Amino acid sequence: MPVFRFTVNGGAREVDTFPDRPLLEVLREDLQLTGPKFGCGEGQCRACTVLLDGVPASTCVLPVRSAAGKRITTIEGLARGGALHPVQQAFVDEGAMQCGYCTPGMILRTVALLERAPAPTRAQILEALNGSLCRCNGYPRIVAAVEFAARLKRGAAQKQEGIHAAK
Amino acid sequence: MPRNETFEPDRFELFEPPLYRFEITRRHWLESLGAGWLLTCFAQDSSGQGRGESVEARIHLGDDGIITVLSGKVEEGQGPRTELVMAAAEELGVPLDRVRVILCDTARTPDDGITAGSRTTPQTVPAVRRAAAAARGWLTAEKRLIENPGLTEPGQWKILGRGHWRIDAREIVTGAHRFPSDIVREGMLYGCVLRPPAYGARLEGVDVEAAKKAGAAAAVRDGDFAGCAAATSYAARKAMEAMAATAKWSGGQNHNSANLFEHLRATAKEKVEPLPGRTHRAEYRTAYIQHAPMEPRAAGAEWQGGKLTVWTGTSNPFSVRNDLARAFGLRPEDVRVIVPDFGGGFGGKHTGEAALEAARLAKEAGRPVKIRWTREEEFRWAYFRPAALIDVEAVVEGGKIRAWQFTNYNSGAAGLQTPYAIPNRREKYVPADPPLRQGSYRTLAATANNFARESFMDELAAAAGADPLDFRMAHLDNDRIRAVLAAAAERFGWKQRRAARRPPNRGIGLACGTEKNSVVAACVEVEVDPKARTVRLVEIVEAFECGAILNPWNTRSQVEGCIVMGLGAVLREEIQFENSRLTNARFSQYRVPRFRDLPEKMDVILLDRKDLPSAGAGETPIIALAPAMAGAVFDATGSRPRSLPLRW
Repeated sequence: MPVFRFTVNGGAREVDTFPDRPLLEVLREDLQLTGPKFGCGEGQCRACTVLLDGVPASTCVLPVRSAAGKRITTIEGLARGGALHPVQQAFVDEGAMQCGYCTPGMILRTVALLERAPAPTRAQILEALNGSLCRCNGYPRIVAAVEFAARLKRGAAQKQEGIHAAK
Repeated sequence: MPRNETFEPDRFELFEPPLYRFEITRRHWLESLGAGWLLTCFAQDSSGQGRGESVEARIHLGDDGIITVLSGKVEEGQGPRTELVMAAAEELGVPLDRVRVILCDTARTPDDGITAGSRTTPQTVPAVRRAAAAARGWLTAEKRLIENPGLTEPGQWKILGRGHWRIDAREIVTGAHRFPSDIVREGMLYGCVLRPPAYGARLEGVDVEAAKKAGAAAAVRDGDFAGCAAATSYAARKAMEAMAATAKWSGGQNHNSANLFEHLRATAKEKVEPLPGRTHRAEYRTAYIQHAPMEPRAAGAEWQGGKLTVWTGTSNPFSVRNDLARAFGLRPEDVRVIVPDFGGGFGGKHTGEAALEAARLAKEAGRPVKIRWTREEEFRWAYFRPAALIDVEAVVEGGKIRAWQFTNYNSGAAGLQTPYAIPNRREKYVPADPPLRQGSYRTLAATANNFARESFMDELAAAAGADPLDFRMAHLDNDRIRAVLAAAAERFGWKQRRAARRPPNRGIGLACGTEKNSVVAACVEVEVDPKARTVRLVEIVEAFECGAILNPWNTRSQVEGCIVMGLGAVLREEIQFENSRLTNARFSQYRVPRFRDLPEKMDVILLDRKDLPSAGAGETPIIALAPAMAGAVFDATGSRPRSLPLRW
């Protein structure tokens, strides 16, 4: 079997495996990174999202060979030295999870969105995340978290602004 | 192996208050908890719903100051873990961070019954609060249990009644939480199961050696079950492909969704005579839908010395333990079912198929095996929310309903009874021959029954020339429903908007209902596309009341989630099948709600009734949306949608 090399959450890794194995399964089964989740196997729900050279990818339909030489960031690699990434913090503060299974994918898609649109409109958020499914249907809280994450990242907010509590 | 799902009771039972006796013993209890004091509870039924032992370990007071609450409930997203931490902290008088909760592990936690029916809040929370209130005395200088402890009145709450987000949110956002599908055990294999080509097909023969030759570490056929396990999911799939190519099947059903409702009517177990005289009548239909939780069924199974341990996502763990014991000829105490917080259920995970499959393969392999269903398996082989065929008839005289007949075929009795004051009523659930495996779903049949009932109320209001709000109020003597209906209508501006001209293709509608001891009402505005005959939710105001609210933030999240989940069945969700084979078993073909389906405005009103017992909030908020939107489509088009998904 061929050997594939890539960087995962900052560390060099190599795997010796079948080239058409989905990257998701290599991450979960060979590298014990279970943050990316299986949701559909057809790129329709994005629970399996990772960042490939900073670009979000659905790894359930991505052959491992396509990741060769790339920089992979999974949800496990987002927090730095115990400090949550602002998007993670925003999801905590806004309660943007029910069962939490879609959360890693939602967060990584949001990270990518805020890189290209630091102050996204509501329409941009809906558009960017429309392919990400949440079956608890916690979409309203996720939108709130994305909006809050954008403010956190821009330094325009410090902590939970109590959107629920204010109501 | 999958067994038929029986309907859970539609309404929670009323129990005599159990007699309690608490006892505390010094125990170095279960390595993970360390040294401390264990509070056990002697009661006829200390959980109010469990079937288990009368002695239950409820609370462990660790010497390290950490207090551990034990409950056989499971967390699948509706918030019981956080709610139980709050409940215990409230009665113990300690901060939240001193309390942790161990949820279902059949070897350690009490049997609190199935996590369903919105029963955690009215039954398990009080049981935990009583135990915590007794234990509070142990934390004082006197160090004694409080006999027959009273519970803190809602007006005095310091922790309950305030908003808290999910207590383990950090584990979720960092990917650290291990869902059932994330379980890894030493030497574990990944399993694959052979599936029939259609419902009801029998396995006549299969060559298990084909799987082994193709790389499986183990393969087995046992009756209609056949599966294999390999070092990776990829290898297991390849081996299964080889094995499946050798399978011979016979029989199989040949049901079709195209004639689903004709089939239900033809196979109804009873014929209901129409009301005599001049009546209004209508027939309503709701499609089969699938729960499609984000995490498909998953289980890891491990045998050691003839005993079985399973990690799985199920709402009914003690029942799954018993299923496993029966299947493998074990005593229940030799089977341990551990339920990590899992990725959604919505009533769809009351069974333990993946647990049985993983256990069978692990037995064969002599190594731990994990099974995680594919999305297609989750669509095809999980049970469905039953389709409903509903006949409603009424006699109206002088603007008032004098007689009412309501018959639900196939889908169930939840929400069958009208909350309106009608002198002559006949309401009936009539089983039929279901073409698909069916079972529970969030609020069971209440969604279908409320859709039919509330839609028909609108039809009667229109026939009587009355405003839908006034017509309902004229028939409502339930003050709690009146209150939510009035609250939603006022915030929405129902009266003014009803009187005003709507923009083209826009319409407004409303609906209300009650279920599981909570009440809900919604007002909506929709926009229809008259050519495509599609509809979009523009705005919703929903008012919900579930007694004294334990955690308003989570309650709001549940209401929002219910609204958007309900939107799926209104807009598009519909299981299609031909010759008993699903034809849309994928997210690309079965379109669940997405971000762009969100209404422009969603306004949730929570009425907090501290004078009423707390009821669950994870189900009832789903029932008002569909009929409100149906009414709004009529308002926009003059045509009545009488089916879910909405068609007119």
